Amino acid sequence: MTDTTSAQDQIRETIEINDVVLFMKGTAQMPQCGFSSRVAGVLNYMGVAFKDVNVLATPELRQGIKDFSDWPTIPQLYVKGEFVGGCDIITEMTLSGELDTLFTDNGIAFDQDAANKIREANAE
Amino acid sequence: MPMEAHDIEALIREGFPNAKITITDLAGDGNHWAAEVIDESFRGMNRVQQQRAVYASLKGKMDGANGELHALALTTKAPA
Repeated sequence: MTDTTSAQDQIRETIEINDVVLFMKGTAQMPQCGFSSRVAGVLNYMGVAFKDVNVLATPELRQGIKDFSDWPTIPQLYVKGEFVGGCDIITEMTLSGELDTLFTDNGIAFDQDAANKIREANAE
Repeated sequence: MPMEAHDIEALIREGFPNAKITITDLAGDGNHWAAEVIDESFRGMNRVQQQRAVYASLKGKMDGANGELHALALTTKAPA
């Protein structure tokens, strides 16, 4: 019984144990997709400790995560067990400062200067 | 088989008949698109809920490794 149910249990367990989890293609050090690389890059740059899960490891995991969150794309970011969004939403939240607030509200350490630098660099 | 702009717009239009929909070709390969959807139904919804609704209207076109729609950068909001 290695269908997506056991993948869902693994997903549920992972997001319960780790404060910040990024389901992505590849790993934080070796992303294998532009969108995954962007979100992992933001988290790395902001000094956020997170668990990276390579969904390419098994087809069950790759489909299981999409069923779990009812969200068809990868990457997917979870904070304290809650689905936050994919690449577009994380990018928007980074630029608007909502990501800083989300981390602060959940007691997640991050580098405020780095977050400000990202916004300055992207200011039109 | 990559998708065309009007295919994507038609699918989203089915789910959001009076939305303002803008489709932009990001890479010229029929596979990397951006879509902006402005619709009254988004008012009061957070981004995840808004985008989930748009993904639902795409009826699985994005699913799986061979989903016809590989990359769709989504921006959603309620009219100002």
